[in-house]
Amino acid sequence: MVDAYVPPLIITVIWAVIGIIGPFLARGPNRGVTQCCIMLTAVTCWLFWLCCYLTQMNPLIGPKLSMNEIMIMAREWGNEIKDTMDVVA
Amino acid sequence: MGDMFRSEKMALCQLYIQPEAAYASIAELGESGCVQFRDLNDQINSFQRKYVNEVRRCDEMERRVRYIENQLRKDEIKMPELDPDQEPSAPNPREIIDLEAQLEKTENELREMSANGASLHANFRHMQELKSVLENTEGFFSDQEVINLDSNRQTEGDDPTAVQAGAQRGQLAFVAGVIKLERFFSFERMLWRISRGNIFLRRNDISGLCEDEETGRQVLKTVFVAFFQGEQLKQRVKKVCTGYHADVYPCPSSAVERADMIRDVNTRLEDLKMVLNQSADHRNRVLSSAAKHLARWTIMVKKMKAIYHILNYFNPDVTGKCLIGEGWVPVRDLPTVQQALSRGSKLSESSIPAFMNVISTNEQPPTFTRTNKFTSGFQNLIDSYGMASYREVNPALYTCITFPFLFAVMFGDMGHALILVAFASWLIIKERQLASIKEEIFNIFFGGRYIILLMGLFSLYTGLIYNDVFSKSMNIFGSGWQNQYNTSTVTDENIEYLTMRPNISNFKTYPLGMDPVWQLADNKIIFLNTFKMKLSIVFGVLHMIFGVCMSVVNFIHYKKYASIFLEFLPQILFLLLLFGYMVFMMFYKWIVYNDSSLDQSLSPGCAPSILILFINMMLFGNQEPLEGCKEYMFEGQELLQTIFVVVAIICIPWMLLGKPLYIKAKRPKNLPAPNQTVVAPAGGHGHGGDDEPMSEIFIQQAIHTIEYVLSTISHTASYLRLWALSLAHAQLSEVLWNMIFSMGFIFDSYIGCIVIFLTFGAWSGLTVGILVLIEGLSAFLHTLRLHWVEFMSKFYEGAGYAFAPFSFKQILEDEGEG
Repeated sequence: MVDAYVPPLIITVIWAVIGIIGPFLARGPNRGVTQCCIMLTAVTCWLFWLCCYLTQMNPLIGPKLSMNEIMIMAREWGNEIKDTMDVVA
Repeated sequence: MGDMFRSEKMALCQLYIQPEAAYASIAELGESGCVQFRDLNDQINSFQRKYVNEVRRCDEMERRVRYIENQLRKDEIKMPELDPDQEPSAPNPREIIDLEAQLEKTENELREMSANGASLHANFRHMQELKSVLENTEGFFSDQEVINLDSNRQTEGDDPTAVQAGAQRGQLAFVAGVIKLERFFSFERMLWRISRGNIFLRRNDISGLCEDEETGRQVLKTVFVAFFQGEQLKQRVKKVCTGYHADVYPCPSSAVERADMIRDVNTRLEDLKMVLNQSADHRNRVLSSAAKHLARWTIMVKKMKAIYHILNYFNPDVTGKCLIGEGWVPVRDLPTVQQALSRGSKLSESSIPAFMNVISTNEQPPTFTRTNKFTSGFQNLIDSYGMASYREVNPALYTCITFPFLFAVMFGDMGHALILVAFASWLIIKERQLASIKEEIFNIFFGGRYIILLMGLFSLYTGLIYNDVFSKSMNIFGSGWQNQYNTSTVTDENIEYLTMRPNISNFKTYPLGMDPVWQLADNKIIFLNTFKMKLSIVFGVLHMIFGVCMSVVNFIHYKKYASIFLEFLPQILFLLLLFGYMVFMMFYKWIVYNDSSLDQSLSPGCAPSILILFINMMLFGNQEPLEGCKEYMFEGQELLQTIFVVVAIICIPWMLLGKPLYIKAKRPKNLPAPNQTVVAPAGGHGHGGDDEPMSEIFIQQAIHTIEYVLSTISHTASYLRLWALSLAHAQLSEVLWNMIFSMGFIFDSYIGCIVIFLTFGAWSGLTVGILVLIEGLSAFLHTLRLHWVEFMSKFYEGAGYAFAPFSFKQILEDEGEG
């Protein structure tokens, strides 16, 4: 179960680095503007990703697919359709 | 925090300049462009100012320059463009005299040439018409009938019968000339009337068009000969000719004389042609040499005129020994102004240097924010709403990122974003060449090139998260949904759709963005709607909280500390306790409710609607939950909500009465104490000005309170446009693909090739035209509205005026556009 938290953690760390360490690397005559822009970018983009991730973390509905689509999914994305499936109720 | 956090500090300076050094100093200040001069003589008529003669001289020179330019344009000679580094500086007095002389000489030459040219042309025309008359009347005079009628004809030879016949017939005179064809018919009628039918008129049209002297256009003309008897008739005919603007030419009747005359006229025509060509060459030479210098002359004259206008703002002091001027200067630029003044003094070799003195004042200074080419676009967006008050917090700094971001939330599609990025990059890479294009609509796009670039980059990111590339999804990390139905179910022909249940089909959360399976799903919109709506509200509430917090910065700067407690605190509490709590509920619902949970009250069937919860919270209402479900999401929620609503309601009278009562308490009880001076520092509304009656203040505060309270709801809902436009964009994109481009995939091999070529053309044209251009402009407009109304109304005063420095660059640019 710990594995499930690795991707979101990585992404959060990336944006944290950009948002916190990034401003110290700003140089030049417009230093203040650049720092502000980097921080704002990091915050908004991270929050945007977070909302998307949280929506899908515990979905309340699932996709409604046609037969063709299910069969294509099976062929291209490698989950074969078997005669009996182990359905965990 | 850098330059853009708030506008720059300005200082009001007095400049003391020697009159000899005045011109040069102002020229240097104009080049530096740091000072906004104030007109100290505005009660004085412009005809009574000190430098009115010089301004007249400049006007005269400008008129001459314009005349030369017109002549150049008439002859279609091109003026070479000046490079920016070749720009001439304002001319010093010696150069002015030279320039004046040169301009006068050129103008006089051109005028003389024009006059001469006009008269030469008239001459040429007359010659040509005479030639036509002589040639065309061949026909008339060779007619035997006419020969017999002719009285002027010399008798040739001894033809006694002819002589006798001539003597018998009587004297016949004629008039030959040229008239415009359209006038000929009424001319004929008039002659008929005045002669009572005793005039014989013959005409011959001139082939080809001739030039009409009045209008200069080409018209049809005709040669006519009128034969009549008697002197009186001759006078009448001549009068009619004059009335109809017909040119009469002396035409001899005998063939020999005519032939001589024709030869004569031909040689004179040749001469005239040569003279005309030579004058045209001369004119060309004069104009070309003028064209080389004209751009420089124009700029020099403009600068001169600007300097004298500014000099007219100055006041001579009591002793008359120096000129005093006043102007606003950004504090950071004070050394630049000093240097410019010293340069000016040095150039004019004046003995006493000019100096500058900073004076303090209570007037509101102009607002000046230093921007570079990147930030100037965003600053313009904010200034269009209203110029910031002096030293007010500047929203443009944050707009640099929030504007493209909110645009991208509405635009999120990687394919279209790539188009935007490509277009903006081209504009930026070719900045130098494209800067000279004057066309208005292109200039609008060019001015916003950095805005477009950032919008494109953010749209790339949001397109990645929405997983939308031209309405198709990318599968980079592997979908988290797997089919759990067995073969027989899937291949059953009676079933059309199968819905996957999350607790058995969902194995992982797609790490970056929207899972690609949703693009295939039939209920995609239902799922995306909840996501995008909640997203919009989250960002909306955060943006508004940010706006309210900005007002604290303003309060601290203007030293209105009481307002922090009386205005900011109730505002932020109201917003946080109600809408911040709603955002919290959204996050809580995302985390807690799960299809795989064992607790039935946490299953999807029992997940409460946030909107219903919120409404019930406000109305203190209740809703019967479904079987096995709970009404509230967590323990103590009901109590917590009640407390929040009560505190929020308390905030309303706090906002309504807090500030006015505080002002009332601050004012001394018994009124006019002398010099109640505390002028409200640079506040736009004049709140707390001591001269305002209390009722005014109460009413104003009531308006503000109602506005704020209602706006929390309406603005929060307004942010739902982020969802709406995003949905519209995605659906349009899908429609274009499915209805247009996919039609091409049906066919095979060669036919398919051609069909795909055609459908791709239509699809790409519509994509760029509708989805990028129209949707882009629409999203831009909505984002702008969100910033102006929902964000800036929480803190922005916008009661300042722009800093308009005396800068040659600005003047030349303005003249270039105008």
